[in-house]
Amino acid sequence: MSTKTAGQEFIKGLWDENPVFRQLLGLCPTLAVTGAVINGLAMGLATAFVLIFSSLVVSSIKKLIPSQVRIASYIVIIATFVTVADRFLAAFFPPISKSLGPYIPLIVVNCIILGRQEAYSSKNKVGRSLMDALGMSAGFVLALLILSAIREILGAGTFFGYQVMGAWFEPWIIMILPPGAFITLGILLALALQIERRTKSRK
Amino acid sequence: MELVAIFISAILINNFVLYYFLGICPFLGVSKKIDSAFSMGLAVTFVMTITAVVSWVINHWILIPHELDYLKIVSFILVIASLVQLVEMFIRKISPPLYQALGIYLPLITTNCAIMGLALLAALRDYGFAETVIFGFASGLGFTLAIIIMAGIREQLDLADVPEPLKGPAIALIVAGIMALAFMGFVGMIK
Repeated sequence: MSTKTAGQEFIKGLWDENPVFRQLLGLCPTLAVTGAVINGLAMGLATAFVLIFSSLVVSSIKKLIPSQVRIASYIVIIATFVTVADRFLAAFFPPISKSLGPYIPLIVVNCIILGRQEAYSSKNKVGRSLMDALGMSAGFVLALLILSAIREILGAGTFFGYQVMGAWFEPWIIMILPPGAFITLGILLALALQIERRTKSRK
Repeated sequence: MELVAIFISAILINNFVLYYFLGICPFLGVSKKIDSAFSMGLAVTFVMTITAVVSWVINHWILIPHELDYLKIVSFILVIASLVQLVEMFIRKISPPLYQALGIYLPLITTNCAIMGLALLAALRDYGFAETVIFGFASGLGFTLAIIIMAGIREQLDLADVPEPLKGPAIALIVAGIMALAFMGFVGMIK
């Protein structure tokens, strides 16, 4: 199917096909939970868990799924792993589970996950699908970390809850409120596009 | 009074798009023209109201009495997906003009996180039946309001001289940020 090496399958998720910055997928959780780094990280890892295991299952049973009902089958598989992630967080990290609220169950409608199953895992071998899922997850976590770090440092003067800005710093409250999320992501998207244009024109 | 408060807060204060960040994909994707934005808003309002009713019935008549709370995610997503299919077939049969207007937008709604978010939020907040229906309808109206304003702004933006890298989704997100800022002015309307 694809001529890339396993390493390239992984790397492409970080930049060339980064789900958030390049493909504009999964924007809802990206905007919603990035007010604090700890929430962004938890969301990223939960999504990664669901994506990796769904890809594993889908790519290993792809021959058993009739193509007419494949979307419904993928959704059931994804929903199962989302339930696992949701229960796990509720049991072991109640504060995080509480602050993420409905956004953990909403991983089920995250277009990154269904998109990867449809576009990749259903057509490729288990090993490749695993590398692809790992790469996409890493790209998603990276995007969440960048966005939540900017918002937490500017909006609260902290990083992971630790004070990083001096006492002189007046927090920009707007950054941790909804408008800050939209504006920061808009600027980051423009930056990503600009970097891409620069590297293209140099080639 | 309680119902009025839910209605106003779902439209203006806790707007689905601008406060909960739900339904961002159609909000950015279908907001280039006012006509299509209006149809999309209508389709979402319609499906949201029905989803509110159905998800409440499933949650309170099946899941809670049988202590199957952990099946909420799986059952909600399956019901929403089949519901959208059903609504589509039903409208095509009953009202072809309405199908013409909503047609292509209906399948897109299945993957719209606003619908799933609505079912989950209503369940999370333990709303009664009437409250859930009002919440669903008002959330749909709030979505429609946001997407129409956005489409209006974007039609004007086409004429503006936007810097090259900001074109497309980047400027749309920044506009959405300014809209969210404006909508924050409604906070405090309801105590």
